[in-house]
Amino acid sequence: MLVATALASIFIRDLFAVIMVFGIYSLVCAGFFLNLNAPDVALTEAAIGAGIAPILMLGTLALTRHSWDPEPHAKKSKHNPLLPLIVVTITGAALVYASFDMPHYGDVTAPANNHVAPRYLQDSATEIDIPNVVTSVLASYRGFDTLGEVFVIFTAGIGVLALLGFLSDGSGRKYWQFADTASLRRHTVLHVIAKILIPLILLYAFYVQFHGDYSPGGGFQAGVIFATAFILYTMVSGLQAVYKIIRPEFIYLMMVIGVMLYAGTGLVAMFMGGNYLDYNALDHHDPVHGQHLGILLVELGVGICVAAVMMSVFFNFAGRGIHVPEDNKEGGQ
Amino acid sequence: MSIVLGLFNYWVVIALMMIGFYLVIATSNLIKKIIGLNIFQTSVFILYISIGKVKGGAAPILEEGTELYANPLPHVLILTAIVVGVATTALGLALIVRIKEAYGSINENEIREKGGTT
Amino acid sequence: MMETILSNLPALQVLLPLLTAPLCFMIRKQGVTWLFAFLATLGSFAIAIDLYREVMTNGPLSYHMGGWEPPWGIEYRLDELNTFIVLLVSAMATMTLVFARKSIEKEIAPQSFALFYTAFLLCFAGLLGITITGDAFNLFVFLEISSLSTYILISFGKDNRALTASFQYLIMGTIGATMLLIGIGFLYMMTGTLNMADLASRLPEVMDTNTVRAAFAFIIVGLSIKLALFPLHIWLPNAYGYAPSTVTIFLAATSTKVAIYALIRFIFTIFGVEFSFGGMPLTAIFLFLSILAVFSGSLSAIYQTNIKHVLAYSSIAQIGYMMIGIALLSTLGLGAGILHMFNHAIMKGCMFMALGCVYFRYGSARIEDFKGLGKTMPLTMAAFVVGGLGLIGMPLTAGFISKWYLVLAALEHGYAGIVIVITILVGSLLAVAYIWRIVEAAYFQEPENEPQGEAPMALLIPTWILALATIYFGLDTRLSVEGATRAAESLIGGGL
Repeated sequence: MLVATALASIFIRDLFAVIMVFGIYSLVCAGFFLNLNAPDVALTEAAIGAGIAPILMLGTLALTRHSWDPEPHAKKSKHNPLLPLIVVTITGAALVYASFDMPHYGDVTAPANNHVAPRYLQDSATEIDIPNVVTSVLASYRGFDTLGEVFVIFTAGIGVLALLGFLSDGSGRKYWQFADTASLRRHTVLHVIAKILIPLILLYAFYVQFHGDYSPGGGFQAGVIFATAFILYTMVSGLQAVYKIIRPEFIYLMMVIGVMLYAGTGLVAMFMGGNYLDYNALDHHDPVHGQHLGILLVELGVGICVAAVMMSVFFNFAGRGIHVPEDNKEGGQ
Repeated sequence: MSIVLGLFNYWVVIALMMIGFYLVIATSNLIKKIIGLNIFQTSVFILYISIGKVKGGAAPILEEGTELYANPLPHVLILTAIVVGVATTALGLALIVRIKEAYGSINENEIREKGGTT
Repeated sequence: MMETILSNLPALQVLLPLLTAPLCFMIRKQGVTWLFAFLATLGSFAIAIDLYREVMTNGPLSYHMGGWEPPWGIEYRLDELNTFIVLLVSAMATMTLVFARKSIEKEIAPQSFALFYTAFLLCFAGLLGITITGDAFNLFVFLEISSLSTYILISFGKDNRALTASFQYLIMGTIGATMLLIGIGFLYMMTGTLNMADLASRLPEVMDTNTVRAAFAFIIVGLSIKLALFPLHIWLPNAYGYAPSTVTIFLAATSTKVAIYALIRFIFTIFGVEFSFGGMPLTAIFLFLSILAVFSGSLSAIYQTNIKHVLAYSSIAQIGYMMIGIALLSTLGLGAGILHMFNHAIMKGCMFMALGCVYFRYGSARIEDFKGLGKTMPLTMAAFVVGGLGLIGMPLTAGFISKWYLVLAALEHGYAGIVIVITILVGSLLAVAYIWRIVEAAYFQEPENEPQGEAPMALLIPTWILALATIYFGLDTRLSVEGATRAAESLIGGGL
């Protein structure tokens, strides 16, 4: 199934269809992850690969096309497909070559499953006391990686803002002066359903955020789901309506707060005597409680930042199609 | 024969990776390139998670009575990688929008003709 | 309080710029953002100096993030090699920021200043993170931080082609990063760990497997894209050429060097010399590609009309020199390569700054713009010439020292060595060609544009600091040579 959808992406020329096929691909991947006993990853992949990514791609498509037909002037690729085929074959061959010495699929005696990992499974109960081991590893043992990851998201938010946001526009027009996006106001059914769904989505987001210690979930998934609620509202009611509820400046502030909450927790731990991000130091009497506190704060930081960035990215894309960009740039020579 | 069975999963993943990789380098449409990149990356994720699979292991959420768990470390790594992937995608798509505004096209060859640098 | 700071320096080295970035984003007033960014880089530089001294006297330093011991937690590990690189990167960042203040006025829209500094700090923090970390996956994460911010920084360029250049780099860079990820995944599969020191100790048992060999290949190729080794260098000329001048200065001085560092770290520390050069034909491949890089880069440089592109292609040639040093494998060769990383950063930084000065006055930097500059912008041109002499390898400049050591290292290798020496000599001659072209226009031709006067002091000062450094390090080589040699020794004389 996966291979079929992937192959389809190559051969289909209509971009809209390709994006949809990609969405299906991502969803099937998520299902596959579930099968591989990785529910956290499945949740994230579903939300991001089948949710955010296609939305952004469709947004890009909408901004870069004037009609919905497949590209009428699409020229056949000038490069000979031979060179890419050769490169791909060599790479594929290298990978297959590599596979011969790999431990077999599902092997319980493989080095990967027997060196570093067992301690997480065995000792996290005493050291951190949270059932979801993925959260323990993500937020504590390898918490610094996750800090890096939040900063990656933050960077992407900055980048999209720099490229598409009102800050980069020379005209200085404020966002609330934009004409309303073509909203789906006339479709009452969609409106009603959206209004029912949105509070549920938000509730689910909070659940995933705070229950992430006990079940699959945590900051990233929660943040994305939270953003989805707002994206849904925007699609149904238009950009201006959303801006009345939540202003872009607030979102940007939240991006910073999320990131600083995470980093700040680490700093507090440092000033209380431990290394950076050593949650044991947060509570000298009961280190395990310190771990709980640290993980809670840190995941919250992640959730806030991710939600804010996802929303800001979407709004930047959505807002771009409305006003006429003033180009102060020189073209090619 | 057992070699083939044990490795079959990996080979399928490799095929997926190569499809994605091919899409990135062979297509001239910028959005398709990003999609190809995503397929490439997602299949790498599948590879990582397959490494962590333990036959008969449960999801790595500690429970009374369960002894054997899947390996949580690859899950953590891939969560990070998924996020990195979407960050890259978002930036790439934003660039595409700007490129379209500047050159009127998102096809590599057309952009080159208008003086762009691909 | 002071004690906490001092005992957590390794973490703070990266955290200082990293955390200042969101702050810059929140503050919109230009003057203040610059100040914050500058203080962050200066502070980082101070920390780098302290850490450098510490490691050079007391040996490698280890710091456990989150308090968890490696390999269960992430380790920051400073040894002679990366401490040297951290020092270089933070010094160049500080210099660039001094230059940036005035330079971006002409090249970036005022509303974007805060975003620029934010992205700059993120890039800086990312580069530092790559260099200090002792964990392979952590390296990947910070590589992506620095890469993403680089794509953003490049896209700030005024010319529309900055956008396509950034996109091209995004695609190639992400492919490279994904290959690196594949390689790391394979290594994890075979050893069960991500910590570099742990990998080094566990790899020998599984060294002889296809998987590890493939891992090696993927990691090398992935990083080679990032360091612009011929023929994977295609993204570089456009990225350097169309980015804002400040960005080009910073990238040319730091980002490829850090990628080379990562390569060295994987080859020498994790895989080990025996495997990398004995089991796999790395020396031959690297030498072949590097020699091609020197020739193709230098030749292409001669024919460019945009001086930024001249210098960009020149960088590709210079990267070839660095890779030759690494391929030569001896302490002398490796040391020469590392030394050239240091010297090239200073020289190219100086030259791109001089270019930035020209750009500031004239809005472009083509060969026609350089006509008569010897008279109208004498100080700027003089700095440019100093840098150029360094590039050629004239005695009394830093460039001479690194080329000299490279030649010495090559001569240890008999016949193969002669080929390398010839390459270096021809490369220098070609450099004379492309530098002379510019010098000739500047000193022997009449200006085409309306003369705009010399560059402002704010831009001249950092340019001249680097120009003087080029000469200084050609005369007093204690810091540079000692640093590079100790780094090389730490790698070859038994790894960690």
